[in-house]
Amino acid sequence: MTAVVARDLTRTFRTHEGRFKRTRRDVAAVRGVSFTIEPGELFGLLGPNGAGKTTTIKMLITLLLPSSGSASVLGHDVVTDLREVRRRIGYVFGGDRGLYDRLSGLDNLRYFSELYGVPPREQRQRIGQLLEVVGLTGREGERVEGYSRGMRQRLHIARGLLHDPDVIFLDEPSIGIDPVGARELRATIAGLREQGKTVLLTTHYMFEADELCDRIAVIRDGRIVAEGTPAQLKGAVASGRVLEIETYGVPQHVVTALTGPDGVAGVRSASVVERGHLQVLGLQCDAESEVTQQVLARLGDVRVGRVSAREPTLEDAYVALVTDP
Amino acid sequence: MSRLRTRVRQLAVCYWLQIKILLISPFEGFLGVVFPLMFATATLMVYRLNGDADALQYAGLGAAVMGIWTSVTVSASSLLNRERWSGTLELLVAAPTPFSLVLIPITSAMATVGLYSVLATIVWNRVVFGVRLQIESWPLFVLGMLMATLTIALFGFLLSVTAIRYRTSWALGAALEYPGWLLCGFVVPLGLLPDALRPLSWALAPTWAVEAMRAAASGASPWADLAVCLALGLAYAALAAYLGVRLVDSARRNATLALT
Repeated sequence: MTAVVARDLTRTFRTHEGRFKRTRRDVAAVRGVSFTIEPGELFGLLGPNGAGKTTTIKMLITLLLPSSGSASVLGHDVVTDLREVRRRIGYVFGGDRGLYDRLSGLDNLRYFSELYGVPPREQRQRIGQLLEVVGLTGREGERVEGYSRGMRQRLHIARGLLHDPDVIFLDEPSIGIDPVGARELRATIAGLREQGKTVLLTTHYMFEADELCDRIAVIRDGRIVAEGTPAQLKGAVASGRVLEIETYGVPQHVVTALTGPDGVAGVRSASVVERGHLQVLGLQCDAESEVTQQVLARLGDVRVGRVSAREPTLEDAYVALVTDP
Repeated sequence: MSRLRTRVRQLAVCYWLQIKILLISPFEGFLGVVFPLMFATATLMVYRLNGDADALQYAGLGAAVMGIWTSVTVSASSLLNRERWSGTLELLVAAPTPFSLVLIPITSAMATVGLYSVLATIVWNRVVFGVRLQIESWPLFVLGMLMATLTIALFGFLLSVTAIRYRTSWALGAALEYPGWLLCGFVVPLGLLPDALRPLSWALAPTWAVEAMRAAASGASPWADLAVCLALGLAYAALAAYLGVRLVDSARRNATLALT
């Protein structure tokens, strides 16, 4: 049985504007999203802020009703079969919120164990195991208000796993965590897949998605614009190579002029990333083309530093997908 | 049977942990201790002006219940907003436990803190104002007090479910605080209220609970008042459970569970 099915999911939010003359406006956050996740698969949902990732997850975990379309988790409809869906899923989101600050970590886990139906006889052992898994053993008696962000996030994960759910939704779980904490978190998520759990992960970090996900869907403006394995996405969107040129003060019109009808043949797209006092000009190029000399000529008087070429990464594919007109 | 035991355990553990949350905050603890005594002081200072011992007795008893009304109605209507701000509301709704069973321990914990205010006010009135409550039947008086606590908690339960759908419904509790003192006859006899307001008073369970407490204090039978009080309390519970399911659905449709 397919673990998660989303078919043409749409979700529209109604907002009001104006203080005296109120006008109503419908905003479509998700516009016909469809995908499936197989049991044991780690599926990534990538997209910029406001693309519809969290809204999609909230429909799947029964917190939002879809405006249209349908979805099921382990064969249970997310609109009509709430109780069964909720028993089988875990939900973890990133950030500081979602815990009772005045309670200890242990009391937080006890509270949610009761609400998520963990049998009383199993609670003590289960909580102990999870504290071990997330590395909070010995700190469980402290109040959550004294926890660091990383500790809170790990407690969140323990909370989401309390009832041993089959399907776990992780909504940007590594947001705001330091590199060491993020690495530990990735190891924990990888461990979930090894246990046979089905995971839907949303993240902004491409290396995280590349390292963890079996398949990825890229969502943009409420629509899925690409789906496949990380290798397929890299290949489909950025087959070729990436030329990176360090520049000092490259004007935007020069960058724009590198692509388009009068641009350099073989350059598909160009973007600039600020890195300290320099700007790194990134060019997606056809594999067989040799464009370096032509591009340097177009840069004219712009001071240039190191020039390098590399294979495309998932981030290149992602940037191309979410920025292409 | 084991399912029932599991449910009772869930209610008991959640109740205890909610009590912990309420008692841990020094600021809220301070307000919980001081507010009821402040209200009682103001009430008794007004009533002792005429030197009427009966009036002071009347006000002393009503002032004892005022604190619990305040602590539960105001807090209950803002409690889900508190959960919303701390990001736990979505987790509570997403739990497989029926939402009404999530709320009952929370409002019960608030009512327990309110029960403290009854006892503290009675002691305060006696120590500071020398108001010694004349109680003919202490068991029935205590029963009336517990009934007041229970039904005010159920009323708070009813108020709290509205907050799941309407983010600004916390204002409802705040707006009910002072009118409730009058409508429930805590400090003013119901006979003094305009006739048009009487049905409103009768619809509030604490009105009957306080009547029962006054009856027990004077030696009259409180049972009829207690029965009406209990019936109204159960009606609140049934209405809250019914509304709870519908308002959660409405919140899912209108996306009001989260802050944004």
